[in-house]
Amino acid sequence: MPAVQDPITALKGRWAGVVDRASLDHPAIDVPATDLLAVLQALRDEHKFDMLVDVAGVDWGVEATPRFTVVYHLFATVKHGYIRVAAHCPDNAAPEVPSAAALWPGADWHEREAYDMYGIRFTGHPDLRRILMWDGYPHFPLRKDFPLAGIETELPDSEVVAETGTGAIAAPMMGGPFVASQGEINMSDAEPRAKDESWTERRPKPGA
Amino acid sequence: MVPANTELTYNSKIEGEVIVSTADAVINWIRSNSMWPMPMGLACCAIELMATAASRFDIARFGAEVMRFSPKQADVMIVAGTVTYKMSSALRRIYDQMAEPKWVIAMGACASTGGMYRSYAVLQGVDRIVPVDVYVSGCPPRPEALLDALIKLQQKVKREPSASKLLSA
Repeated sequence: MPAVQDPITALKGRWAGVVDRASLDHPAIDVPATDLLAVLQALRDEHKFDMLVDVAGVDWGVEATPRFTVVYHLFATVKHGYIRVAAHCPDNAAPEVPSAAALWPGADWHEREAYDMYGIRFTGHPDLRRILMWDGYPHFPLRKDFPLAGIETELPDSEVVAETGTGAIAAPMMGGPFVASQGEINMSDAEPRAKDESWTERRPKPGA
Repeated sequence: MVPANTELTYNSKIEGEVIVSTADAVINWIRSNSMWPMPMGLACCAIELMATAASRFDIARFGAEVMRFSPKQADVMIVAGTVTYKMSSALRRIYDQMAEPKWVIAMGACASTGGMYRSYAVLQGVDRIVPVDVYVSGCPPRPEALLDALIKLQQKVKREPSASKLLSA
């Protein structure tokens, strides 16, 4: 899409940190976190990318540097073109990027979700609270070092905890994760089930 | 020789305005035939719950058509769907607000055991937080299965020692 390639050339001329990003579909750029807001604003005001489609977080792994990346997808409603903007978080231990909530109000909840799942702090965000997990949940579930089954945690409501004596537990995986089999015509065969059903809570995993 | 009584109905001319029964039978008959559900619809099971209440399956045939969205007016909580940890506290509080006597039906795999959601976010069975009377298998269960659960619950209620419970309370 040459009409969309042009803004990238223009951005590269203004910010030295803007570089091309490998992409299989839409034009994409990497932007330093310090220039992120200015680049996003230029894309919105000068290049007609008026719609923020998504804000996503990426965790590249515990060993990776930079470990966390924030990815923005912008859409130009008049030109019908997408652009992908990625910004690496400079600090692996306390990942932080500026918030785009002032540019697009829709970024508010997207950024809260990225914060909830990855612990990426969006500086300048008007109300950076967890959005899916409860307030006070101590972990960031989509980080690579967090197990799918979860970690034993106390529930938020202390009265309910006192009454029931229960808490969030590491879910029994029972040979899971539970996944659906694709291409099955028989519905009962296609139902989500554990791939390895040779072991359960009562029968230990063979060879473990 | 006394002839066998062939009358199928109660004859007030012979026995007067009096019926002899046990308190348990009367109380349980009243309770089990008018169980007002608290529809705790949390996921796709709630769609089947709605279908159960609608005309084709018609939960009214079993006296449970009065879905009450106020826990204070409900007898049986039908937990229909995935209970997340975040929702579990609210669910327990709603259960606590229901007036005694109260019962719980765990509808579907998720409410019963967490189902396929072996994850950090989902309560692994609603019986970890409220006492469950009847579990329904299925993902989601068909309306017939829920009606079967309701009938099973009615049978359970009919066996309860209600009178002694009321007197000791």
